[in-house]
Amino acid sequence: MTDPDTKTMTDDPRTPSSSSDGGDAGAAVPRAPMPTRSATSGAVSTATDREVLTAAPGISVTGLDAFYGSGHAIKDVSIEYVPNKVTAMIGPSGSGKSTVLRCLNRMHEEIPGARATGTVMLDTDDIYGSSVDVVAVRRAIGMVFQKPNPFPTMSIFDNVAAGLKLNGIKGVDLKERVEQSLRGASLWEEVKDRLNEPGIGLSGGQQQRLCIARTIAVEPQVILMDEPCSALDPIATLKIEELISDLKQRFTIVIVTHNMQQAARVADTTAFFLAGELIEHAPTSDVFTNPSDSRTEEYVTGKFG
Amino acid sequence: MTALAQLTPRRRTTDRVMRVVLAIGTAIALIPLIAVIYYLLSKGLGAWSIDLFTKDPTGNFLGDQGGIKSALLGTIEMVALASAIAIPFGWGVALYLVEYGRKGRFASTVRYFVDVMTGVPSIVFGLFVYATLVLSGWGGSSFSGWKGSVALALLMLPVVTRSAEVVLLLVPDALREAALALGTPRWRVTLRVVLPTALPGLITGSLLAVARAAGETAPLLFTAAAVNGTTFNLGERMNSLPVQIYNDVQSPSDALVQRAWGSALALVTLILLTTLVARLASRRSRLS
Repeated sequence: MTDPDTKTMTDDPRTPSSSSDGGDAGAAVPRAPMPTRSATSGAVSTATDREVLTAAPGISVTGLDAFYGSGHAIKDVSIEYVPNKVTAMIGPSGSGKSTVLRCLNRMHEEIPGARATGTVMLDTDDIYGSSVDVVAVRRAIGMVFQKPNPFPTMSIFDNVAAGLKLNGIKGVDLKERVEQSLRGASLWEEVKDRLNEPGIGLSGGQQQRLCIARTIAVEPQVILMDEPCSALDPIATLKIEELISDLKQRFTIVIVTHNMQQAARVADTTAFFLAGELIEHAPTSDVFTNPSDSRTEEYVTGKFG
Repeated sequence: MTALAQLTPRRRTTDRVMRVVLAIGTAIALIPLIAVIYYLLSKGLGAWSIDLFTKDPTGNFLGDQGGIKSALLGTIEMVALASAIAIPFGWGVALYLVEYGRKGRFASTVRYFVDVMTGVPSIVFGLFVYATLVLSGWGGSSFSGWKGSVALALLMLPVVTRSAEVVLLLVPDALREAALALGTPRWRVTLRVVLPTALPGLITGSLLAVARAAGETAPLLFTAAAVNGTTFNLGERMNSLPVQIYNDVQSPSDALVQRAWGSALALVTLILLTTLVARLASRRSRLS
């Protein structure tokens, strides 16, 4: 039922980035066949049906260095973000985890004086390739921020539709996409009767789910979350965490968190950063119960940080 | 015995005295304001009549001296044209400074000159336009309404730019990032997210600049000059309220001085209305 819409939508973000800058020039990026995604979208209406998995691409980072002016914030980080898994990045303040996150969809370029070197591959595409449009990168790799940031001039409906409207994406049934996205962010039941009210009228937790809905409405493949719960109360946090577990059926998820319990609850693998270096990246249970590096152990047991 | 220090009588007295001093200071500052409004109303209201607003000044010293229709309309026309020039340019400069130039050297230089321009006396803008446009007889005539508008626009430009810049800086970066992270190109972020969010504030700032321009005499004295008849042709000499007041109040005729008060009240009312609209616009602002 959603086929025509989905098709026009999903071929959009990939086109510029699969251009001829890498070795696998022109190779179509293997990705979920349309029917699978549609099946997921369709299944959203019966919210319990979550077995259907949409294969999302992973991200592979090699030799990433990042700088703020003359400060060397990230030192030679290489890390794999596994498709359809949740990867948590933990570490003390200033350890560089947020910087790594921003380098994954080139949002660090919005900070004056920031630059990065190294390779970040989304599947087979180098997102730093010379002919890659940064706009396409961000459409494929969405981001949720620390503080909920709905657009204050827009209604709930327009906030969710913002990504499509702002980018002039045509041929999408906005109403349907908004409903799907709000259901996908577990917010539909709470707001379906007041879609025309301003988005900033919602509670903090609802606003953050609204921002998640806004992010998934443009149908990215990867979702980056920068401490998405740090401004929320425990109940709202729990809702978001449940949501993250749902979302990995459709997206590859990378989450930065200060909260180690949160990492333990939601992440499949956890990466520990310290002073701009990746110390350890392993399955979450290993990082918390049997870390291979003594610094990781000290951090997760609360000896510093 | 408690450990908490007692409020000494001395502290109490100092507190009272300082409060009274501040209250008196505020009252003194209000006296001139109230006096101006009182004089305007008591002298100006008496001069208001239907004829004042429906007749052009005749230029006669004795007999029928006419009203201020041409001055009122001239002010509105010239200020409207000046706004049409200054507001788009001012917003454009502010957008450039905040969204693109940021802390760069060029942007800092522009910002500095805008600040300098804000402090330039209005008569200098009048002189500048007089020297460049009026003396050269640009556009076929020496004095004309549109040249007055140019002088007013120059006066407004730095004010509009500065106020717009402040408002645009108030738009949280989180909103820009949110839009950028959705894969929106920068120009669309500016146009569809930053501008709508800042719009009420932009309007407020610009209307305050409009109100200021409406009351300026000096830039119009030797650009639009003065004339009795009403004209809607901005290529001709044009009357304006401030210049009308300036001329009337110098005249030895009591009736003309009386008309000056009426004009002054009309001008203040016009500015008050503009400011009121600005207030209403700022109330709709969603920026703190």
